[in-house]
Amino acid sequence: MTAELVRGQNHPLPQTRLEVRIAAGKPVVAGATLGDDQGKVRSADWVAHPAAPQMPGLEVSRQAAADHRLAVDLGAMPEAVHTVTVLLALPTGVGGPVRFGGLVAPFVAVTDLDGDEIATFTITDLDAESAVTALELYRRNGAWKVRAVGQGYAGGLAAMLHDQGLPEAATLATEINDAVARGMARSLTPPARTNGGDGRVRTATTGGEPTQGASAPGPAAAGATPAPIGAPDPSGADASAARSGGPVNYQHPGRRTTAPTPPPAASQPGPQGQPPRPVAGDAAGWTMEERLYNQVWGMFEDLARSTAAYRSAVDFADSRMEKELDAVLSDPRTRVGPLADAARTEARDKHTRLVEQARAVLDRDLAQLVAEAEVVEPALPPAYARWSSPVWQAYEVPMEMPMALRLGDLHLPERTDLRIPMIVRLPLERGLWVDSGRGGSSDAAMVDSTEMRRLAMESAVAHAARLIAVYPAGEFTVHVIDPAGAGAAALTPLTSTGVLPEAPALGARGVAAVLAKLTQRVDLVQMAVRSGAVDALPRDLDTAQQLLIVNDFPHGFDDRAVNQLRYLADEGPSVGVHLMMVADREDARAYGPVLDPLWRALLRVTPVADDHLADPWVGHAWTFEPSLAPQGSEVLTRVLSQVTRARESYGEHDIAD
Amino acid sequence: MTVNMSKGQAISLQKADGATLTAVRMGLGWQSAPRRGLFGSRTKEVDLDASAVLFADKQPVDVVFFRHLTSDDGSVRHTGDNLVGGAGQGGDDESILVDLQRVPVHIDQIVFTVNSFTGQTFAEVANAFCRLVDETNGQEMARYTLTGGGQYTAQIMAKVHRAGNGWQMTALGTPANGRTFQDLMPSIVPHL
Repeated sequence: MTAELVRGQNHPLPQTRLEVRIAAGKPVVAGATLGDDQGKVRSADWVAHPAAPQMPGLEVSRQAAADHRLAVDLGAMPEAVHTVTVLLALPTGVGGPVRFGGLVAPFVAVTDLDGDEIATFTITDLDAESAVTALELYRRNGAWKVRAVGQGYAGGLAAMLHDQGLPEAATLATEINDAVARGMARSLTPPARTNGGDGRVRTATTGGEPTQGASAPGPAAAGATPAPIGAPDPSGADASAARSGGPVNYQHPGRRTTAPTPPPAASQPGPQGQPPRPVAGDAAGWTMEERLYNQVWGMFEDLARSTAAYRSAVDFADSRMEKELDAVLSDPRTRVGPLADAARTEARDKHTRLVEQARAVLDRDLAQLVAEAEVVEPALPPAYARWSSPVWQAYEVPMEMPMALRLGDLHLPERTDLRIPMIVRLPLERGLWVDSGRGGSSDAAMVDSTEMRRLAMESAVAHAARLIAVYPAGEFTVHVIDPAGAGAAALTPLTSTGVLPEAPALGARGVAAVLAKLTQRVDLVQMAVRSGAVDALPRDLDTAQQLLIVNDFPHGFDDRAVNQLRYLADEGPSVGVHLMMVADREDARAYGPVLDPLWRALLRVTPVADDHLADPWVGHAWTFEPSLAPQGSEVLTRVLSQVTRARESYGEHDIAD
Repeated sequence: MTVNMSKGQAISLQKADGATLTAVRMGLGWQSAPRRGLFGSRTKEVDLDASAVLFADKQPVDVVFFRHLTSDDGSVRHTGDNLVGGAGQGGDDESILVDLQRVPVHIDQIVFTVNSFTGQTFAEVANAFCRLVDETNGQEMARYTLTGGGQYTAQIMAKVHRAGNGWQMTALGTPANGRTFQDLMPSIVPHL
């Protein structure tokens, strides 16, 4: 029988080889600490965590996950160990939830090796805690028992480890958080799957029996970074849009304002033996926007996987040839002479044949994706389209909240002209860091430092302009900190069109003023959300999403300002305040590692081509190029002027009300 | 037409009209055996896991199982873990989809295995089967029944391998012991 424990209750363990299963609903870090007869953790070696996942008798996962299975062998514990404490912590600095109160109550079960539950414990009543000790396994009179603990720590891992008597608690907590963040920081977030199916299978599946067991979560769903708790979702914000401008919308905010557009004609089968001709919008979704979004991510995944197949085949061919050539060499009878030459030629031919075969398959897949890109690219709405696309010529200020945003293009070396739009969900789950440093790519090394800073600011302005343009009028506000005025030229499209509520902040004074205002806004909204009193927010509070562009960091920043900035990066995204840093990390080196979490919390994009982004499926390095207006084009200025006019007319409307 | 396969039997994976297959699905279904006697209604849940291992010239290259649901190349997809088994009434509880056109050129064999993750032996499993379905039209091509299970916790079910320009399936049905596919590797190798 399973014992359902409550806080403080204990239960005997019939055996020493156990498994601890954890289900938290959102990615959490799981770890374990060993304690001596005083319950004290003697050193960092006594902690199993993602950076050091294995110790005798204990193994934890290397990364944050919604579900964990910890293998425990109590029989293998050293004599000195009297307690094993299983702990959970929320990953920090990655834009996820920051308090257990925002999650469903974590569930922990101790099971035997057959998977039969011995004891279970649901950790209820957690609130602001970001770390919690779930269970304690402890020796009592030569036998082991389990106790439900459920002690939460608002101070996170550091506070918990300190409480367990570990001298270097803070250092170790940082190390653990870093290890987890490293795993998450480099990967792009895969799209949330709206349907139960796992991705798409490109081959026709008509008439197939419904697949049973498809209710289990797919890998993408399980690995997806969660949307920040309390983030205003597009539908909710839709409702506030109706409140602040235009007639009152009586429709339920969760309901779509438009009937789902009929799906486009399914792709027509091509001529005999040919793959079907691709069609734009050939993916699942309620709206054309959503279908195109899913289609682009489908293309992204297909390109990643086809390339993985090709690379794996080439690697295999290489290693096989090497082995065969080695074999020829190692046999003294065949090392020289015509036999050896023949064997070598044969090995090389086999290699060539396999690589050619693999390339043919890759070319077939690439041709199909190129054809798809050719029909998809012109069909993209402004939020997803290149600045050079004709849809920007026909731009009108949208009435509906955007779903996602194009930041740039991605490509792989196998076919550099096949560009996949890099489209990220809105509202942004992470801030952006436009890297003006020259440390990374070879392209960056070609450009001198001043030019690099100019390019970085230019691409930041292009991203910001796109954000302003794709939100309904008055739903997106941009603030700029440009302490030395170095970005003035690049900022012209924003400053000359009047889309900024205030001129870019100059000098240390300006920096302090903008940060103070935004920090206060975050505090206020957070308090209101926590206490469930959103109605009590001041009436003049700007409900729009906020973006703060910071140029030339840390110029003009004192310690207080730096702390406020870190606070905004951590807490801002969940209440609609986002950060775009235009900075060279080297400039801020004087601050040391305290800023590491800040950089990691941001999605790094570059002003020039650079291969630093990893896809979420295979982890190839993709070359990113930002989406910029064509040289000499006035498109940014024209679009932003249109936004200003639309805002003015909405403002008049408000007064008329 | 379903072929009820016996151990060691091989069939060529061709459609009835002679065209080659493009996508197949390996389906697995089971039921936990009912207990007898008092509290007989308290059946014990059995978690069987289907896995597929991709081999290139006897070297394992990739594996698809409940912790890695899609092979890196995208050709083999697991539809997800089922922890309890179904009613066993003919539906598949776990399926692995293989897009034969997308299987990388160097992969020459794909071996399908079933493990009892919860540790019960196949003696405690009823109505277990594995079947191969033509995914393009839903027709069952081959079925292999696992009944008469003995005191072992895993089975190496079948392999799909290249033969000429097409693919062949061979029923293996070798019992083995292990919790996940890793434990089975030594037993798989002789069948390659």
